[in-house]
Amino acid sequence: MLTQALFRALDRKAIWLIGIFLAVAILVPMANLLIPPGQFGHVPTYLVSLLGKYLSYAILALALDLVWGYCGILSLGHGAFFALGGYAMGMYLMRQIGSRGVYGNPVLPDFMVFLNWRDLPWYWLGFDNFWFAMAMVLFVPGLLAFLFGFFAFRSRVTGVYLSIMTQAMTFALLLAFFRNDMGFGGNNGLTDFKDILGGPIQAQTTRAALFAATAIALALSVLVCSGIVNSKLGKVMIAVRDAESRTRFLGYRVEYVKLFAFTVSAIMAGIAGALYVPQVGIINPGEFDPANSIEIVIWTALGGRGTLVGPIIGAIVVNLGKSWFTTTLPELWLFALGALFVCSTLFLPKGIVGLWHQVFGRRQKPIGAAPTQSSDIEKGEDAASLSGNPQPKPAE
Amino acid sequence: MSKAQDTMLYLNGVSVAFDGFKAINNLSIIVGPAEMLAIIGPNGAGKTTMMDIITGKTRPDAGDVLFDGRTDLTRLDEAAIANLGIGRKFQKPTVFESHTVWDNLELALKKPRGIFPTLFYAADAPDTARIAAILDQVRLSHRRHELAANLSHGQKQWLEIGMLLAQDPKLLLVDEPVAGMTDSETEETAKLLRDIAGTRSVVVVEHDMSFVRELGSRVVCLAEGAVLAEGSLDQVSANPLVIERYLGR
Ligand SMILES: Nc1ncnc2c1ncn2[C@@H]1O[C@H](COP(=O)(O)OP(=O)(O)OP(=O)(O)O)[C@@H](O)[C@H]1O
Ligand SMILES: [Mg+2]
Repeated sequence: MLTQALFRALDRKAIWLIGIFLAVAILVPMANLLIPPGQFGHVPTYLVSLLGKYLSYAILALALDLVWGYCGILSLGHGAFFALGGYAMGMYLMRQIGSRGVYGNPVLPDFMVFLNWRDLPWYWLGFDNFWFAMAMVLFVPGLLAFLFGFFAFRSRVTGVYLSIMTQAMTFALLLAFFRNDMGFGGNNGLTDFKDILGGPIQAQTTRAALFAATAIALALSVLVCSGIVNSKLGKVMIAVRDAESRTRFLGYRVEYVKLFAFTVSAIMAGIAGALYVPQVGIINPGEFDPANSIEIVIWTALGGRGTLVGPIIGAIVVNLGKSWFTTTLPELWLFALGALFVCSTLFLPKGIVGLWHQVFGRRQKPIGAAPTQSSDIEKGEDAASLSGNPQPKPAE
Repeated sequence: MSKAQDTMLYLNGVSVAFDGFKAINNLSIIVGPAEMLAIIGPNGAGKTTMMDIITGKTRPDAGDVLFDGRTDLTRLDEAAIANLGIGRKFQKPTVFESHTVWDNLELALKKPRGIFPTLFYAADAPDTARIAAILDQVRLSHRRHELAANLSHGQKQWLEIGMLLAQDPKLLLVDEPVAGMTDSETEETAKLLRDIAGTRSVVVVEHDMSFVRELGSRVVCLAEGAVLAEGSLDQVSANPLVIERYLGR
């Protein structure tokens, strides 16, 4: 059973993608560690971390694509799952500081000493253990997504209403994490990390290892997503996306299908956040900003939703653009991003991947084809066109 | 309740109103096991609404809806009702357009519907044979790898009938199956439905009278959400009320 599923997951496209990211996981650290600076082919350490950050964003975009591109759930709150995974990692890193903090308290992080707290709050217990923290990276976003999805999907909240709810969720978390008495460092968040798994976090080898871990995690995410979307469950997800109520009349429990996709996706987003934090060195409530979640949607839309490679390309391309803009023309970045989104919605409904197929004349794989149908039984359920959803809709 | 025993579908005193408009008004209909029933009636008579009630899409305001003589359908949702063995073909053909013809049938095939059985599902030889047989039956073998979106209207109707067959239901609700079909296709459909009715209960809604005649089944004429006349097609179409309210128009 499992071998069959694995076999199905490894179609040609997935093998290519996984192969590329595994190669990158080896080559980039080698180019950083083995080729001396100044020589041709050397990748400077800052660039390794920057690329690692892009790859963690790629995992995040892939996670969003699983729910949006394949299952039709436009989440505008995926940044929340990313940030929660990031906070879980950040808590582990804070506890590794030990007595090296400004106040030298062996247990309490600086901000708690500053707030005159005497004991570690109960929810910080256990985070000194790496594996416990990693379990929380999966568990906390997964649980939140499960509970949120359980109530939302059971009540059949769909379309814009669901998108607004996800946006409200991340906004509520933003406000909560800003508060000092929440015990997550308030406004400043968690930073000044020292070690990860015993290695100094700023060290070149640690940076290279973090990059490799991110690239491998991306390869694994591709494997998992490919396994899901190529299975019959993946076909059911697409059926839900295109004709939700028809799927119900075939006897599928649409709410469980959505709940599965949403929870798996949130866990992936949490992993992305956990890989992001040690590479950028900080996690603060700004990661919960609703605008961040909207950016993820833009990456995915631009790259091409409903494909595995699209969101990865989208995340990398947009963030390369962002890095370039924010160093040369910082005030223009948001306008550029907005323009990019409008243009991709208008001219590239299937994203860069769709354009590729158009230019090179290959028919797009049916599984990723944008839905063109809107049946009478779907009326009122699909408000996708209102939510900036680039899928074509026939006149009703 | 004794009347409900030995029936496949039992509707008694069912009413539903939309914003005060009574779409179904004290409707009572019985369908026996392996019986075919044709339902005719003017536009807006409530034929589709009746199917919505049976399949859990619409909750009735009053009345009993029993399946197989005992299961109260008004308490169940769409998926549960479908899994009991009630299949439905929609008035406007609704197939999964971004899936291939084959995948549409695979999705409909009677198999465990849970998340994990679906995730790890692999078609075995009997499944593939079953799908291939259905493809033959609905004459779509040559288009099995095409996207359903590329089918003609009539072919989509056939595909949806094929999906019904794949579901292997005990009761089939078929809403206007021959709209958009040629005469010979219509004839084929009648033949297919008659075959199916040998072993299962079938309810067919249709405006095409020659098709209804070919079905050769009991006929009910609905109007304004209630039964206007009932009997053989000849009896029903000779009924002055039916002529006035439906056929004469
Ligand atoms: N969900 C709804 N909300 C409001 N009105 C509805 C709803 N569903 C059906 N109706 C109304 O109920 C009446 C019965 O509609 P229904 O679709 O059942 O008719 P029908 O017999 O299938 O007609 P046709 O032959 O045209 O398909 C119509 O007047 C319709 O407008
Ligand atoms: Mg109708």
